[in-house]
Amino acid sequence: MHSFGYRANAVLTFGVTMLALMCFLASLSDTFTVPTTSAEVKILNINWFQKQANGNDEVSLTLNVSADLSTLFTWNTKQVFVFVAAEYETPQNALNQVSLWDGIIPSKEHAKFWIHTTNKYRFVDQGSNLKGKDFNLTLHWHIMPKTGKMFADKIVMTGYRLPEEYR
Amino acid sequence: MDRIKFLGDVKIRPTLIQLLNLGMIICSALMIWKGLMCITGCESPVVVVLTGSMEPGFKRGDILFLHMNKEPIRAGEIVVYNVDGRDIPIVHRVIKAHERRDTGEIDILTKGDNNQVDDITLYSGGQLWLNRHHIIGRAIGYLPYVGYLTIIMTEMPIVKYLLIGVLALLVITSEE
Repeated sequence: MHSFGYRANAVLTFGVTMLALMCFLASLSDTFTVPTTSAEVKILNINWFQKQANGNDEVSLTLNVSADLSTLFTWNTKQVFVFVAAEYETPQNALNQVSLWDGIIPSKEHAKFWIHTTNKYRFVDQGSNLKGKDFNLTLHWHIMPKTGKMFADKIVMTGYRLPEEYR
Repeated sequence: MDRIKFLGDVKIRPTLIQLLNLGMIICSALMIWKGLMCITGCESPVVVVLTGSMEPGFKRGDILFLHMNKEPIRAGEIVVYNVDGRDIPIVHRVIKAHERRDTGEIDILTKGDNNQVDDITLYSGGQLWLNRHHIIGRAIGYLPYVGYLTIIMTEMPIVKYLLIGVLALLVITSEE
């Protein structure tokens, strides 16, 4: 009853249980944060807008993304993954979501950012539905914790429109 | 009189109790696992991250808790999927989603955060999109480092056999 084996077993079990409990509590503390975030996306230029050989429309944009996500960071936050997606509907598809740009915010100091970029990923439709298309640009963020539950949310910005003609 | 040991005397009752205890432990472990499968709706409610394609968010050896429900799959979600013909699950993020109006079917393109290109080369054959039936689950929670033991046991099977051997030895010899 007092051998090394029993003592090691007891210590290990207690240690692991405590560790698991602390991870759970750390994650629980994340649910109490009330974040206030702001974001703005401007389309600076439609670089080109063409129909590809396979019949799909493709557009290249230059964007200006600015956001303040600093209230999302808690002591249990490892990083925040942020991306901008174009969202629109077509006769064939009820919803299309195409990610245009993403980035990783490693810490609170980098959470208030401003970036000027062309779309990182190709904005390609399934088909040829983009002429004169109204679409939303949504800034999504995914909070990746040091341990525990992951949270995600978004800000939807409406009112963007693609040109009526190819260029 | 009460403790005379005969040669070849096998203590039947204590041995049976030992075996029963072992059986109980194995059964409860199985029950918890199957219960988790029911609650989360996934075949494997916990997966170990095997590659560095989602760094710095997920490193090799971290474990992910999965959940699957009828909610539609949307861009940004971290999904675990199996490619037709391979049974190593891949954990990547959805970057494009096209949901068909009539059938409700969805075409998905994924990419690892740390990869330069999207996963289209990983999909089998000339497949351009993933569909819902490829997705095992969505990642909803995460614990660091815990899965490293599984990686070691898979890549160096000798550790697995050693561990099982030691455990079996401990169970058999711990009568007192």
